[in-house]
Amino acid sequence: MDIVKLTIDDKPVVVERGTTLLEAAKSIGINIPTLCYMKLEDLNFENKPGGCRVCVVEVEGRRNLAPACKTECSEGMVVHSHTVRVINARRTVMELILSDHPAECLTCAKSGNCDLQSMAQKLGIRELHYKGEQSRYKGDKSPAIIREMDKCIMCRRCETACNDVQTVGVLSAINRGFESVVAPAFEMDLDKSSCTYCGQCVAVCPTAALTERDSTWKVVEAIVNPQKTVIVQTAPAVRAALGEAFGMEPGTLVTGKMVAALKKLGFDYVFDTDFAADLTIMEEGAEILDRLSRHLNGDKEVKLPILTSCCPGWVKFFEHHFPEMIDIPSTAKSPQQMFGAIAKSYFAQQLKKKREDLVVVSVMPCLAKKYECTREEFQVNGDPDVNLSISTRELANLIRNANLDFGKLTDEDFDHPLGESTGASVIFGTTGGVIEAAIRSAYEMFTEKKLEKVDFLELRGMEGIRKATVDFDGLPINIGIAHGLGNARKLLEDIKAGKSEFHAIEIMACPGGCIGGGGQPYHHGDVEILKKRQKAIYAEDAGKPIRKSHENPYIQKLYKEFLGKPLSDKSHELLHTHYFDRKSKIEVNH
Amino acid sequence: MASVKLPESKIQELKEVCQKYDNKGSELINVLHGAQELFGYLPAEVQEIIADELNVSVAHVYGVVTFYSFFSMLPKGRNPISICMGTACYVRGAEKVLDEFKRILNVKVGETTGDGKFSLSCLRCVGACGLAPVVTIGERVYGRVSADDVKKILSEYA
Ligand code: SF4
Ligand code: SF4
Ligand code: SF4
Repeated sequence: MDIVKLTIDDKPVVVERGTTLLEAAKSIGINIPTLCYMKLEDLNFENKPGGCRVCVVEVEGRRNLAPACKTECSEGMVVHSHTVRVINARRTVMELILSDHPAECLTCAKSGNCDLQSMAQKLGIRELHYKGEQSRYKGDKSPAIIREMDKCIMCRRCETACNDVQTVGVLSAINRGFESVVAPAFEMDLDKSSCTYCGQCVAVCPTAALTERDSTWKVVEAIVNPQKTVIVQTAPAVRAALGEAFGMEPGTLVTGKMVAALKKLGFDYVFDTDFAADLTIMEEGAEILDRLSRHLNGDKEVKLPILTSCCPGWVKFFEHHFPEMIDIPSTAKSPQQMFGAIAKSYFAQQLKKKREDLVVVSVMPCLAKKYECTREEFQVNGDPDVNLSISTRELANLIRNANLDFGKLTDEDFDHPLGESTGASVIFGTTGGVIEAAIRSAYEMFTEKKLEKVDFLELRGMEGIRKATVDFDGLPINIGIAHGLGNARKLLEDIKAGKSEFHAIEIMACPGGCIGGGGQPYHHGDVEILKKRQKAIYAEDAGKPIRKSHENPYIQKLYKEFLGKPLSDKSHELLHTHYFDRKSKIEVNH
Repeated sequence: MASVKLPESKIQELKEVCQKYDNKGSELINVLHGAQELFGYLPAEVQEIIADELNVSVAHVYGVVTFYSFFSMLPKGRNPISICMGTACYVRGAEKVLDEFKRILNVKVGETTGDGKFSLSCLRCVGACGLAPVVTIGERVYGRVSADDVKKILSEYA
């Protein structure tokens, strides 16, 4: 290995040649401040435009200050990261950035979580000496994401997320100089583009230029409306991250406190999306087995591999980019939508209420779910199965608004019947979890034998694409897993080219799966947080008395009383869906 | 978005331009030059086809188109007006002339009037500094133009 030795702030450091000053400093515990730079280890995310110039340092023997993110270490370098000259330069850079920034911190959605704001604090900016012209751009409100480009600082992290990690390619820097901004092609609004609403751009944006569409106040309005029965469902990944918003250690499970908070907020029923995840496994598992046995019987029509369909970001992605393959994914709805459909039919009947009198709210780690619940096929006579979807961050805000002391709440349990769930459903929150849950049930249904060991460690982890073969009593089943849409694209290209040997593939749009969703508390570039959330999810699974979806007694009851069996007519009507070709088409004059 | 219908033969030619550059994303600027020669401008549909052919995102193509002032997304008017903004013209009041064109035609630089008659653009020095400020309309050159002349010049194209 080719190494170089240098000193940073009088500390000697040895690094591999090619390492930047920023990384070298980090390795000895010196965190040089940055605004645009961001690296997410393991997730194929590195944003290094060298644009903000906040990371400048002094290198002895050089006349100009050097940007640490772009400067490679060389032998014998002597670097100073916080001389008066450096600090002054950083302050000047910061003042210039702020001269074109609306100072609206008091009412800004990002306040308290904003990297720009905290950098201004860190550098002690108290006065702005440059009065610049303020750029003004038109706002953009999609069903899931709000773009407020006046607050954009052109760090271009969103481009890296959308183009490099997700390969969706919606965002690009456009125009020049003062006019430049990050936008979709032709400056169209996001809802006209092929945006998947995965929210990964929002997750890395340092400011409020990209935020979620906030529905918290609509939720409050529904709760205080005496005509409405308001039901809330919470996705598995929320409980593994919500605590972070209240200063708890990442990876702290707050299931009981979350339920307690929701009850205090005034929801009439606090249910669990996990119940619907168990239901998803029943339907998707049955579909996998159906396709598999037809395939084994020599049916040439049957399409394999089967792809999971729980993730609405992923669904929109293949509708735009691989419309010729829309018959491959499972037709099972996402757990959010299955929950809504059951709540407004089965549960409405139990309550002897009309579906219109129920308001179903979901709490999701995800922004794509906001879009999903507006899709027309998930409505009955204009009444959506899920009325409102809020993110983990929005729930945290609601809890703060209501002045609840989250950390001191006493744990409470979900209500019945739609609050009962198994360990299998909990792991839906992480990459690899859906397929592991499906295997636990499919194995028993297929082999008619009891599965003794329910943990499939070979399916777990953080690598972008994973492969494993599971033994179905002598029959090898090949499983593929991808998280992050760029990885999904690779698997899809293989299938298209006929190179795929998988029977079933799980895909989640967000890196890490839902634990890394676009609606989770901000990770500010720390990937370890995602790993801790993942651990928490597996811990919750391990602690559950029932760990296979088909053993959930309330699921069994639901089939007995209402649905019949998986893939029945009733199941098809309520729990399955279809997909649309959304490829943009160019009109031609013949 | 798809508001312009492109003739099929032209689409074929456009694809040939892409092929000439091996459908390489790195050749985007050359392809865009070729396409602008072919269509006179770069409507959204043309950019979409190029993105598809070169396997790059439309947003990226649009980013490049909006970065270089040479590229235009609007069809040129039947009488393209260019105003020289070279140093000599500038100091002799070209900006006032430009403002007057903008005011009378009600368009911005780079735009075309609704009836397709005029389009407005700026040029760097055309080398006729003795005549500054210089305006060209199509092939015709007007010298020593002042803001007051603009109305009269435009009336020649009535
Ligand atoms: S984006 Fe950040 S700095 Fe800008 S107004 Fe909002 S909180 Fe303040
Ligand atoms: S939500 Fe996802 S697909 Fe849409 S612009 Fe952001 S990163 Fe791209
Ligand atoms: S929108 Fe946000 S992430 Fe994208 S360039 Fe602007 S500030 Fe950076």
